[in-house]
Amino acid sequence: MSNSHAVAVQEHQDHHAGHHEPGFIGKYVFSKDHKIIGIQFLMTTLLMLLVGGALALGVRFQLAWPWRAMPLIHTLTGGLFGSEGGQISPEFYTMLFTMHASVMIFLVIIPILAGAFGNFLIPLMIGADDMAFPTLNMLSYWFMWPAIFCFGLSFTIGGLNAAPANGWTSYPVLSAVVDASPSAGAPQTWWLIGLTFVGVSSMMGSVNYMTTIINMRAPGMTLFRMPLTIWSMFITAILQAFALPVLTAAGFMLVAERTLGFKFFVPGNLVINDGAPTIGGGQPLLWQHLFWFYSHPAVYIMLLPAMGMVSDMLACKVRKPIFGYKPMVYSMAAIAGLGFIVWGHHMFTSGMNPALGMTFMISTMMIALPSAVKVFNWIGTIWGGKISFDTVTLNCVAFISMFIVGGLSGIWMASVPTDIYFHDTYYIVAHFHYVLFGATLFGCFGAIPFWYPKMFGRKMNDTLGKLHFLLTFIGFNGTFFPMHMLGIAGFPRRYADPYIHPYMEHLLPMNRFMTLCAILMGLAQLILIYNFVSSWFIGERASRNPWNANGLEWTAPSPPGHGNFDIAPICYRGPYEYSSPLNPSDDFLMQTDQIVAR
Amino acid sequence: MFWPIVAIVVLAISPAMGWWFPTEAFSPLGKQIDNLFYMILIIVGITFIGTHIGLGYVLWKGVDNKAPKAWFSHGSHNLEMLWSIAPAGILMFISLYQLDVWTKYRVQSKFPKDMITVAEVTARQFEWRIRYPAPGKKLQPTPQPDDLYTVNDLHVPVNQRILIRLRSGDVQHSFFVPGLRIKQDAVPGTIIPVWFETLAEGDYDLTCAELCGWGHYKMRGRVLAQRESEYHAYLKQLAADQAYDGHGDARTGGADVVKVEKATDKK
Repeated sequence: MSNSHAVAVQEHQDHHAGHHEPGFIGKYVFSKDHKIIGIQFLMTTLLMLLVGGALALGVRFQLAWPWRAMPLIHTLTGGLFGSEGGQISPEFYTMLFTMHASVMIFLVIIPILAGAFGNFLIPLMIGADDMAFPTLNMLSYWFMWPAIFCFGLSFTIGGLNAAPANGWTSYPVLSAVVDASPSAGAPQTWWLIGLTFVGVSSMMGSVNYMTTIINMRAPGMTLFRMPLTIWSMFITAILQAFALPVLTAAGFMLVAERTLGFKFFVPGNLVINDGAPTIGGGQPLLWQHLFWFYSHPAVYIMLLPAMGMVSDMLACKVRKPIFGYKPMVYSMAAIAGLGFIVWGHHMFTSGMNPALGMTFMISTMMIALPSAVKVFNWIGTIWGGKISFDTVTLNCVAFISMFIVGGLSGIWMASVPTDIYFHDTYYIVAHFHYVLFGATLFGCFGAIPFWYPKMFGRKMNDTLGKLHFLLTFIGFNGTFFPMHMLGIAGFPRRYADPYIHPYMEHLLPMNRFMTLCAILMGLAQLILIYNFVSSWFIGERASRNPWNANGLEWTAPSPPGHGNFDIAPICYRGPYEYSSPLNPSDDFLMQTDQIVAR
Repeated sequence: MFWPIVAIVVLAISPAMGWWFPTEAFSPLGKQIDNLFYMILIIVGITFIGTHIGLGYVLWKGVDNKAPKAWFSHGSHNLEMLWSIAPAGILMFISLYQLDVWTKYRVQSKFPKDMITVAEVTARQFEWRIRYPAPGKKLQPTPQPDDLYTVNDLHVPVNQRILIRLRSGDVQHSFFVPGLRIKQDAVPGTIIPVWFETLAEGDYDLTCAELCGWGHYKMRGRVLAQRESEYHAYLKQLAADQAYDGHGDARTGGADVVKVEKATDKK
């Protein structure tokens, strides 16, 4: 890209002149345009959100009304799911929570952040006309489908009644020896292959994002003028690039163990399901180390982009610069760096060397520090602002509030002695739902209406948005806050029927309440889907810059055409110059604005 | 912000509603773990309320802001330093303060010296197999002909430091006794020593806390803390039951038991 504005415009026009419009398939299906790919990712992940949510409701139903036949589902599906009479069998229950986690993590949260928003926003926010590798970008979307196919196939092989049933963590020996978990069977292998496809898809995205952000920024867009969304996407891409190979390798090892008779994880002399004793000298903890070496950084892959987007939205909604922009960047980098040395806190009770427990406790406590700095900076950003309360603001504030809860409850889990008690109880379930749903999804629910005008040229309905927020917020807290109480009461995870244990009998009414809240939350998502689809046709038309925001993406038409910008942008300042005294007439100063008055 | 208030009210009524610890901790380490829990609860509670009051305040001021423009500020170096160093100190304190309990719980060189090795517990799908030594004998690493076997009920003498050898026969399980605040994964291929001490007689629920297959929820067991005499009587009864060959008095089994009783008497 040239440094001269005029030359850039000229180049841009030349580019257009030599370009022929692709047909319908090329434009909307196998598109190489980052905006279309981003929207494809968004639609797919919202669809998968409904699938994952439905699976979760199955889990909740069993916990509220154990062994009761599922209403409607049985008649609707002709009795395909569950055991006789639509009752959830214990095998089916394990499949439900395994697939709920797999779908939500690998097909919703990771792709909605990096795939949908990353794709859509990166070129627009840095002033590029597309990604560095458009074809690779297209492939990254289409590699999602084999993964969805493998995950779906893992549900359908064996007469719709078999699926991976070993938890999304798939700890061996359970997941490595077919006889240990017969109901999982072949689907477990398909699931692992699906995981590899998701990994390939993420890897393609990550390489592309790094290259694009490093090489294709508009003139004047220095690293420290980049919006925090871009910083977060950049850091996330690095995390993915370094962590994913480990998971992929571990996945291949497990596939080799299941299908080819390799012995990585299964030790000898185990009598599994009354079979012959196993032969070999594997070590089950090896999988846990490899798995969490990826999956802990993955937690930050699932969080950092939401942090970045919320920072951008919040600054715009309170009309103030971000409080401490550089500390925000450094704390994200610190979270990413420390994220690689804290995986052992998932394994405090695993029997690994206790000295490791101490080390990982200290590194885990240290990762709370940059998170705290970010929270204080968000509060500082709101401090002294002029706030307009719309759907976006509400969701951003909910993000901060829920992240505080999720972050603080993590302290008990980070401390080894208290984790002895809380490990694998509902306390941890409450904790990660507060972070992944409470923080990340509320961030996304804010980001969808915020960038919707740029995606489709229309605004979403704000009243419906607020209603969706309110119901989701109430349903969310009603579902997940009581999980803290369950955890303290010693309620273990992944129990199909906890009430056979006398000390948990009295918790049934509370679980019913949680399930009702979960149903409310599930129904509230229909409002989002309706609002999303209907606004496409009847939403209020949006101008180029409907929120009076500063970023480069708001100088492009809504929606931007192929090649994004009609005038190639030049960046003069950072992205958060809201209420700047340099612009006396208005409370924002776009990155492309030259100084308007002295 | 109504939300912190709701959270605090729920927390306040929780113990009364039975949404709290199932029982008080019946082991010395468990009591220390509970104390750490409450210490963190206080620190976290203050942080939670403080940040939410701050958040609520800035939101309220922001909505009410009559100034023509928002405050144009890019941050404050001093504040950044303050809120980096203060949490760092608190977090370091929390982690270092807890090392002691962890060391006592898991580091073998710091284990109490006067422990008795009661049994070997082998978790299987979906039960706990328990191997006691014959009455008066010590538990050997390898199974002995006169070892006593049972499932799911682990009898231990009360007020003594107990060591069990935890194993897994097939997949991974986790030995979780909520009333004693102990949890330790049973890892296939590894024997893990677990120690605890019960402070009161009674039955403590034993559950599995690591997904081990479809019957994970069914692995219900008990740890029964008994007076020492009752415990020895139980072992003798178990020995008698195991030695019973269908002849004579079922309660004494046969000659084998007499020998065993002698061995006990000597001790």
